[in-house]
Amino acid sequence: MALLVDIEKKLGNFYLKTKFETNKGVLALLGSSGCGKSMTLKCIAGIEKPDKGKIILNGKVLFDSDKHINLPPQKRMVGYLFQQYALFPNMTVEQNIICGVRDKKHRNEILKQTISLMRLNGMEKRYSHQISGGQQQRVALARILVSKPELLLLDEPFSALDSHLRFELEQEVRDVIQRFGKDVILVTHNRDEVFHLCNDIAIMNNGMIEDIGEKHRVFLEPKTMESAILAGYKNISPVKKIDNEHIYSEKWDKILKINKCDYDIKNICVKMSNVSIGNGENEIEFRVKDIIENPSSITAMLKPISDKDIGMFYLELEKDATITDKISVAIPKEAILPLK
Amino acid sequence: MDWFPLVNSLRIALVSTVIIFFLGIFSAYYISKLPRGVKGALDVFLTMPLVLPPTVVGYILLHIIGPRRMFGSWMLSTFGVKLTMNWWSAIFATAVVIFPLMYRTARSAFESFDETLAYSGKTLGLSNTFIFWRIRIPVCKQGIIAGTVLAFARALGEYGATSMVCGYTPGKTATISTTVYQLWRTNNDELAFKWVMVNIAMSAVVLIAVNMFEKKKTPERIKK
Repeated sequence: MALLVDIEKKLGNFYLKTKFETNKGVLALLGSSGCGKSMTLKCIAGIEKPDKGKIILNGKVLFDSDKHINLPPQKRMVGYLFQQYALFPNMTVEQNIICGVRDKKHRNEILKQTISLMRLNGMEKRYSHQISGGQQQRVALARILVSKPELLLLDEPFSALDSHLRFELEQEVRDVIQRFGKDVILVTHNRDEVFHLCNDIAIMNNGMIEDIGEKHRVFLEPKTMESAILAGYKNISPVKKIDNEHIYSEKWDKILKINKCDYDIKNICVKMSNVSIGNGENEIEFRVKDIIENPSSITAMLKPISDKDIGMFYLELEKDATITDKISVAIPKEAILPLK
Repeated sequence: MDWFPLVNSLRIALVSTVIIFFLGIFSAYYISKLPRGVKGALDVFLTMPLVLPPTVVGYILLHIIGPRRMFGSWMLSTFGVKLTMNWWSAIFATAVVIFPLMYRTARSAFESFDETLAYSGKTLGLSNTFIFWRIRIPVCKQGIIAGTVLAFARALGEYGATSMVCGYTPGKTATISTTVYQLWRTNNDELAFKWVMVNIAMSAVVLIAVNMFEKKKTPERIKK
């Protein structure tokens, strides 16, 4: 056990109830905005106080409402990288980094080492508004690393960046994470970042953790609607269960065979890699309603052939694919993932 | 020409500005953290001296520190100190009058402060005192300096409350503003004019200093 979080906090109408453990690695907190991701980080760092529960980091109790323990942020040894980096604008790069050094005796050595490690040579005397976004991020990371945290919290570190810069900085953060070697929690709503940087994923929705596990498992077998959406599944349909092997899709107006399932299913998502065009199991006939061009593919927007004006089915095809007015899509049982 | 009024005005303004600098900053900081209702009520009370006529402020002050009033008589009987009619009595008057200027400008500066700076300081292990004096105050510097200068300038020109609390005694409590009035009243127009000129020159110096400081402070961006 490295970090254990089990907290509750009420904020107006919003109710945060988070419970998870990490085990040495990078955990992604994934969720749409306003789901409580940042609030969870703030509670861990000690900036916000949960109403009740406990937070334990490497055996050290940071917060425990029963024992009335609530360590101030200064004593938690939790590094927090804020979205806009929160560099002190009245200080130079050097002064900013020194702020993080707890071991004042070896201040200058630590500073020198860090400056060269984070490739900030020559920037020492500059102010944060005089350096680029990437350099700002390195300063912020350097400042956190010299404070020797036991846990690193990254709050949407790339959200303010262009996509090409984003990829570059991602690699730097990857290096930092590897060198750091302790627990990291990354908050984001970008699934590429998650896949590049993390081992485990926790899906957060409405203040609760809906699913947590190894990243491939969470993405390939989403358990809830929210995790399917966050994992990038486009074809999600509300369903009515008929029996253990049949469901009715309300969106595509079709009864589908599924793998035997003995619990109640409210929704399904379709794993597109198993779907084929043409005849086969669970074949649905669609009309092509529209076609959207992507950089390297096209997306056909399909409507069920029955006249009911119901849901759309999205089908990604190669650029040179020939498209007729009507397309039959076969969705084999394995492609249908039941969601709670 | 006796320069006492100038010296007296300057020392009154200086001392009251120093006191109000700290008092204004602290009340601005703590009040900006209070819940809305309390904040609103305190705001009305603390900003009142800004809109009240200075003579009304002087009247209220005299009811507190006057030698026959509650606090004033207590001070007189316990310490033998008469709080009115000394040169430093004017400090009470100017302090009350300039407090809102400092308080309001400092508060709006604090309210625009990005709180994540304080949060990140805390997670880095910086003490709250360090964060306050080395991050919050420097980042809010512009507003705080503006408030201080404004307060100082207003203190220099204070007339109403000052004249009520310490009157006009040449060489003892006379300030520039009370001197001008007294000279004009006694038909000494020539000398009054000189003091008016002194006053205008002083105000100009203060304003020029403010302008110069603001120009210097504009950060230079290094283009990449």
